[in-house]
Amino acid sequence: MTARRIIPCLDVKDGRVVKGVRFQGHVDIGDAADRAARHRDEGADELGVYDITASPEGRTLDYGWVRDIARLLDIPFSVAGGIRSVEQAGRCLDNGADKVSINSPALERPELIADMAARFGAQCVVVGVDSKRAGDDWVVHQYTGDPTASRGAGRRTLDWIVEAQQRGAGEIVLNCMDEDGVRRGYDIAQLTAARARLTIPLVASGGAGEAAHFRDVFRQADVSGALAASVFHSGALAIPDLKAFLTTSGVEVRP
Amino acid sequence: MSTVTVVSYGAGNVASVQFALERLGATVRLTADPGEVAAAERLILPGVGAAGFAMARLSDTGLVEPIREFPRPLLGVCLGQQLLFETSEEGGGVPMLGLIPGTVRRLDPGPERPVPHMGWSRLTPVRADPLLDGLGDDAWAYFVHSYVCPDGEGTLARADYGDPLPAVVRNANRWGCQFHPERSAAAGARILRNFLDLPA
Repeated sequence: MTARRIIPCLDVKDGRVVKGVRFQGHVDIGDAADRAARHRDEGADELGVYDITASPEGRTLDYGWVRDIARLLDIPFSVAGGIRSVEQAGRCLDNGADKVSINSPALERPELIADMAARFGAQCVVVGVDSKRAGDDWVVHQYTGDPTASRGAGRRTLDWIVEAQQRGAGEIVLNCMDEDGVRRGYDIAQLTAARARLTIPLVASGGAGEAAHFRDVFRQADVSGALAASVFHSGALAIPDLKAFLTTSGVEVRP
Repeated sequence: MSTVTVVSYGAGNVASVQFALERLGATVRLTADPGEVAAAERLILPGVGAAGFAMARLSDTGLVEPIREFPRPLLGVCLGQQLLFETSEEGGGVPMLGLIPGTVRRLDPGPERPVPHMGWSRLTPVRADPLLDGLGDDAWAYFVHSYVCPDGEGTLARADYGDPLPAVVRNANRWGCQFHPERSAAAGARILRNFLDLPA
């Protein structure tokens, strides 16, 4: 089968990697290309590189650092941030990105998903979803990179991921906002519910704090990949140690 | 050092292939010119997206015949591998380059098999080939695809994704990788290095 993917995520703001807690209070933790290369060397299976303020600021991301990272990496990476058109997505791919992740722009104009899939193939199109608990259900939020712009999108998460798949998404990254940055573990209940509704790969995001959290999300929610930021950036968990732990736990990962 | 021409026809991940070859010290030329393609020392045909769109681009740019008749080493990557076959089921049936017999089919999703097949799978060699020299028994490659090539005499290596699927194929001087060697870390670099070392 295919190994479960460990995906460090770089949240980029003005060319620097930043980390916030519950999407607020960003702290600078270093240069984007340096971080990308370090994660590659540690055995990351893929990287996610997100320009988190592009969408709320109404601009697209900087293709220069896409190219810088593409030149360095021999593993795949996705990019996200304010990509609103097929042309912009094409420029990301032309500059060496493997996948383009769209979040708020897909909510603004869902046809963008199908337009991108028709042009580049579903495998290039990742739909990122920021999701928050609402009673015993979950709802989608948008513009989450900026606390002053962040708001509900008026959609149920489980409906939106199915719609995104039907429109041609090749992968869903489900970011469980209630767990983001607090390291209590992934939202297994939400991810299990999402997995059951999809035939495309699902990537878990939000909440990783220790190796056992990865084991649990792979075993219990059957996700294809697990994305994490602070747990890797802080040095709390080294990827080689995580992969050794997962292998002994019976979760197949790339050595 | 080898010179390699990458077909840049508007349906490929040209930059990442170019960067990977440059990391290996190769001289890389990107072109969609039929004359330059015909004269290349060795040729890489990348590809992402839909087979119909890619074939239309190759046809519009006059590249179908130069690629079909290319006598030196040719490597198709991902969709570029699929284009080497006769037809694809994609979009109701697409005629392709026809350099290797068979039809490319849709990969059906299952309970434990999300589609696209997206991620790292282990390569299992089927027979020895210069393209696979030095790979060892634990080579992993990065796959991203929703369609699969037919398994046949030309299969050099397989990957397992619920069912075995051809990961590396060959017919005469044409090779294909279903995965992305440019994004497959050490194993991918070894395959690209082997391709650059093939006698042209």
